Amino acid sequence: MSLWGWILLACAISIATKFAGFLVPAKLLDDPRTLRVAGTLTIGLLAALTAVNTFASGQALVLDARLAALVAAGVALWLKAPFLVVVLVGALAAGVARLLGAA
Amino acid sequence: MLLPRSPALRIALSVSIATGLYGISFGALSVAAGLDVLQTLALSLLLFSGGSQFAFIGVLAGGGGGISAMSAAALLGIRNGVYGMQVNLLLRPRGWRRLAAAHVTIDESVATATGQGDPAEQRRGFWGAGLGVFVLWNLFTLVGALAGDALGDPARWGLDGAAVAAFLGLLWPRIRARQPAAIAVVCAVVTLLTVPFVPPGIPILVAALVAGVLGFAGFGPRTEGLEPDVEPYPAGPSDGGPRSSGFGDPAARQGGSVRRPDATEGDA
Repeated sequence: MSLWGWILLACAISIATKFAGFLVPAKLLDDPRTLRVAGTLTIGLLAALTAVNTFASGQALVLDARLAALVAAGVALWLKAPFLVVVLVGALAAGVARLLGAA
Repeated sequence: MLLPRSPALRIALSVSIATGLYGISFGALSVAAGLDVLQTLALSLLLFSGGSQFAFIGVLAGGGGGISAMSAAALLGIRNGVYGMQVNLLLRPRGWRRLAAAHVTIDESVATATGQGDPAEQRRGFWGAGLGVFVLWNLFTLVGALAGDALGDPARWGLDGAAVAAFLGLLWPRIRARQPAAIAVVCAVVTLLTVPFVPPGIPILVAALVAGVLGFAGFGPRTEGLEPDVEPYPAGPSDGGPRSSGFGDPAARQGGSVRRPDATEGDA
């Protein structure tokens, strides 16, 4: 399937997921185990995406300028910077690290 | 400057501006990941869930295929279903409003609504933040996509670093307690261990599987990780104010229910 196909399918699933919450009986989703899985899934996926975007290059693991972005973003978040500032700090850190010779 | 009199609408306005603005980073990163401007806009208009949108382009940027990107976005969107149930109990929209409410059910609108105590204010908060974020998020996605198109090589501008920062920023508010932080570390390690052995994109789904199994086995506090990733009410619940419900409320968490205390049984 083309990229457009996957994009539209992802959109359809998103809309269906949101709407499903309005349709199902509350009891079904108000189960502690469902809530816990929905919560751990969110955490696990975001952690995995952070890790892959920092250390993976195709199927290889590498240490490059993106590590500087991770550390700098962590510091910015710890200082309670707003999201957009965190993103800019990440870009800046990666850029500076490359200027200093990082891959 | 003219500010709305309703406290919920004032919060909704500031949340909309703050969230809408970071649509710029989504737009730019999406184009850097290989999507064109129209595809980027389609994600913001139709998928309309920041975390899932970033997940979709994050998988593609790492060399993953369309099916992995779609799966990551779908799994990350499951929490929106839980939010939908909560909004349904709070506002009980009917007819076409129900479809519209479902589409703008996102972290920001849910957080703004559940932070209010009065039903009318909850309604204003939900629609104000939902529609406000929708309009500005799409507008700034377009700005970011056009800018990203003009920028060219992503690495030269540190855009790959921006993506790393964006994912850490989305994760951060959900790992304040020790157990969710441990789950995050386990999943990150599992991901990196599988990277050399499977095609790009798959490690993220393996981590999702591990996270799901951990949650099913009872790891992680009841609703941890499900708090909306925005905090429109920085004062917190300590002031005895309107924050009477929602995922962030420790009482609701202990009771094991996301339902408002006054919600009637059997509704929905």
